Amino acid sequence: MDFDYEKLGLKMGLEIHQQLNSQHKLFCPCKTELVDDEFSELVQRKLRPTQSELGEIDRAALQESLRGLNFKYENFEKHTCLVENDDEPPHSLNEEALDICITIACLMNMHIVDEFHTMRKQVIDGSNTGGFQRTGMVATDGYLDTPYGKVIIESLGLEEDAARRVETKDGFTEFRLDRLGIPLAEITTDPSMHHPDQVREVAYMLGQILRSTNVKRGLGTIRQDLNISIAEGARVEIKGVQDLDLMAEIVNREVQRQLELIDIKKQLQDRNAEVLDEIHDLDELFEDTESKILKSAETIKAVVLKGYDGLIGHEVQPGRRFGTEIASYAKKRGVSGIFHSDELPAYGITQEEVDKVNDFLNIGEDDAFIIVAHDEDIAISALEEVKRRASLGLEGVVEETRKALDDGNTEYMRPLPTANRMYLETDIPLFKITDDRIEPIANNLPELPDVKQARIIEEYKLSEDLATQLVKRQEADMFEAILADVDVDATPVASLLAYDLREIKREGHDINVLTLNHFKDIFTLLADGKIAKDSVRKLAIETIKTPDENISEIAEKNNLTMLSEEDVVSIISEIVANNEGMVKERQMGAMGPLMGMCMKQLKGKADGSLVNKVVREEIQKLI
Amino acid sequence: MTYKKNSENYIENYGLSIGDTIKVHKEDITYTGILLDRPEDADDGYIVIKLSSGYNIGVAIEDTTAELVEKGDKPKIGYDETEIPHDDSKQNISIVSTGGTVSSVIDYRTGAVHPKFTASDLVKANPELLDYANYNVKALYNILSEDMKPEYWVKAAEEVANDISNGADGVVIAHGTDTMHYTSAALSFMLKTPVPIVITGAQRSSDRPSSDANINLIDSVIAAKSDIAEVCVCMHGSLNDKYTYLHKGTKVRKMHTSRRDTFRSINAQPIAKIENKKVSINPDYDYTKRGANELELNTDIEEKVGFIKSFPGISQEFIEYHIDKGYKGLVIEGTGLGHVPNNLIDSFKRAQDEKIPIVMTSQCLYGRVNMNVYSTGRNILDAGVISGRDMTPETTYVKLCWALGQSDDYENVKEIMQTNIAGEFSQKSSIKDFLN
Repeated sequence: MDFDYEKLGLKMGLEIHQQLNSQHKLFCPCKTELVDDEFSELVQRKLRPTQSELGEIDRAALQESLRGLNFKYENFEKHTCLVENDDEPPHSLNEEALDICITIACLMNMHIVDEFHTMRKQVIDGSNTGGFQRTGMVATDGYLDTPYGKVIIESLGLEEDAARRVETKDGFTEFRLDRLGIPLAEITTDPSMHHPDQVREVAYMLGQILRSTNVKRGLGTIRQDLNISIAEGARVEIKGVQDLDLMAEIVNREVQRQLELIDIKKQLQDRNAEVLDEIHDLDELFEDTESKILKSAETIKAVVLKGYDGLIGHEVQPGRRFGTEIASYAKKRGVSGIFHSDELPAYGITQEEVDKVNDFLNIGEDDAFIIVAHDEDIAISALEEVKRRASLGLEGVVEETRKALDDGNTEYMRPLPTANRMYLETDIPLFKITDDRIEPIANNLPELPDVKQARIIEEYKLSEDLATQLVKRQEADMFEAILADVDVDATPVASLLAYDLREIKREGHDINVLTLNHFKDIFTLLADGKIAKDSVRKLAIETIKTPDENISEIAEKNNLTMLSEEDVVSIISEIVANNEGMVKERQMGAMGPLMGMCMKQLKGKADGSLVNKVVREEIQKLI
Repeated sequence: MTYKKNSENYIENYGLSIGDTIKVHKEDITYTGILLDRPEDADDGYIVIKLSSGYNIGVAIEDTTAELVEKGDKPKIGYDETEIPHDDSKQNISIVSTGGTVSSVIDYRTGAVHPKFTASDLVKANPELLDYANYNVKALYNILSEDMKPEYWVKAAEEVANDISNGADGVVIAHGTDTMHYTSAALSFMLKTPVPIVITGAQRSSDRPSSDANINLIDSVIAAKSDIAEVCVCMHGSLNDKYTYLHKGTKVRKMHTSRRDTFRSINAQPIAKIENKKVSINPDYDYTKRGANELELNTDIEEKVGFIKSFPGISQEFIEYHIDKGYKGLVIEGTGLGHVPNNLIDSFKRAQDEKIPIVMTSQCLYGRVNMNVYSTGRNILDAGVISGRDMTPETTYVKLCWALGQSDDYENVKEIMQTNIAGEFSQKSSIKDFLN
């Protein structure tokens, strides 16, 4: 599906969260690694919205907000400390993380603030034990040159990552504290992108910049959020776009959703649609129902939507209807779904029962109803959300935060956060960022990946594939360090670093044992003709096993050292002599089989071209 | 405004006030945002701006110019007073604040946290309070816990006595946690009470969603309605937001700098556990029941009491100084069973000659002072030093202040120190009472 993006006034911005690879967390000395161990202690907590968010005394509203605010936190004796558990004030700002951010800021031509202020941003979904996320502004107003023109980088923040959600069960949401406090860089572009391909390109470029600095790699270490709106629609933030290739699809489906919602709005307005306030009790009506879902519920309740008939079933994204949007609001109140008149009879609810409901609720031709079956207070609370979301249909697109789904669709998460629920974190001193700090960083910026890749191809005559892998796997620096000291063919060095190391690791060897000196020793042996190219991988493995041993001895002991030319000649001449009959019969045609036999015996101990030469000579001697 | 010299001049020169929307032009960037105040302890030469994103940044004013974009409204803090319903069927609980923030309002525009303490603020922040009682709320004074002085104990005791004679069925006192156990001990000695007096606070300030203030406060109200007519401390019983403990005011101590379950009963068990709004009283506890005592207030105290911790290498001067300066009594935190280096004993004798009572406690905190076991201890006893038994050093200090207020007579004071006034010591050391 292709839209006329310009005509629709499509505007998009990106927000990227990248975990930094600092030694320690942002405000405590814990490591920045995730753990899969058994937790040592499970701590039970509640969060309460603070007063400014409550406004009027409203018991119901408070109860509402407290529902689902019960949490359990997995503490780890070794991996987490009291800071993550909100039982100790934060330690000082991690300066290593700040420096990584300064590097990123310089690479994106940003203005670094004179003084960094740590803020508290209210988050009461439990993912932060304190009920707020600590965050601060490092730099503003940068830019990136892209093939589609300049993109403004509005801001670079440094903040704490949230706790990992484990499960929600029995009224508690459980989080693991290992991720809480890992430093995150938050990069926000302005909403000036107008084409899905551009967003994809900018996201890729930002990723490349981040990868040139000391950031975490791998699944979940970078999270992309997309801000998107069309002129007649509203701003929607889509969280967690993992796959850049899905970016265009997500944009298209969101544009579609906004257009459909605008269409629904117009139809509702034409019909003078209205959501009626009353919540009706249908328990008696369904007393003898055969529907298992209804039968098992404590109570069955419904609301009437005047003028909504047919529109609840209106598709807004492939496989998702306006009713799905309404249901996703209700689900936040603990129900597993809703039943709406556009889809009934179904779920064991018969036409006869639908007729009874229509009758009982006075449903007119254009009207619709929505049923919720659950415990009394949850059903009421869910229907309040149904009413709210259904009414918002009259306004078209709603500003919300949505979650990216794997198929390119999105699902409602929560309302858009308001910008200013932030106040100073008084437990952490203000931090001055002086020129003395910035200059050494600005003067030693890392090479961006694409620049580095192009230079490596040119300088070392590597294949594009090898160069790409070297850069992607962050082995380019090691590669260059080895070649700076050892005069050896670049390709075997690159292929060990880019490919073999990964396999060796997968076989269960600890490749971190290998130092620059080990690599230099290995490739010096290769350069001196002491080992064959084919033996490099094996020698690396043996070196991991005995890292303190002399490399020549390791090679010797494992039979990896090349034979002298004399020895090679004598072995080959013996093999050829043993096959004299075949040589006589097939003449030079014996070359192939004989090469095979010789290589089998000499593999790793003689260079293939030498073997070839000697075999040829020995055959010629006989014919 | 807490801006200093250069920044203050800068702000004045450009005619700016806190809360104004301003632009600050630097050589290559212009920041637009609301001018905010700066923490008192931060350096001069910077101004604080809240950007439209909500983030604060500090801008070095050197080589910048500023301009006013829009005058800001004076921030309006707080809400309209709300009528709090009175329900005759419910008990009347007095809530007295001595400082700290039981409820706070955050002004997100400027980021300021305003402590609030009217009944309506309290009920706004904790609407469920209305389920349990009628409230009479009073902010007695507003000081940091560490600035607490004996004279404030007197004010608090008077206020509590006043509330009780005016018909309060229980009193809750909101207090900073650092010196809460001193105040709880002081009120224990100063008041004989027919109703519960419950002191509570928070380890995480109430402007945070994770604050322990709400649970501690609600449970304190539940305790104040209970049958336990004693001075108690009610605080989190574990790291969980699950239950609180009610500790005897003379047997409790802050034992951790930051954890929620910092308060522990020392050489004793908590009187009760409060969970899901229910009070479970420790069956082994012989507590004073509601109505068993008549209200009595006795706030006479002596503030000139020294509190000295012994350490290897401590010199006589520490003791001599206090005697020279006219201190009326001394509490020593000795080592182990109640010891100090032998070189201090002559000074103890001098104190004895000058009728200055000295009470020995142990920096072990857990266990009982016993000066009969080693010769040093016996020498200390011979120098007239009184055993603090199994009292915490802090309770001993408060008790000596109170005892010296009761009498000028050396022997009398010694007598009072040896008398169990408010359950501050016990005869028996239970196997259970350690590190819990």
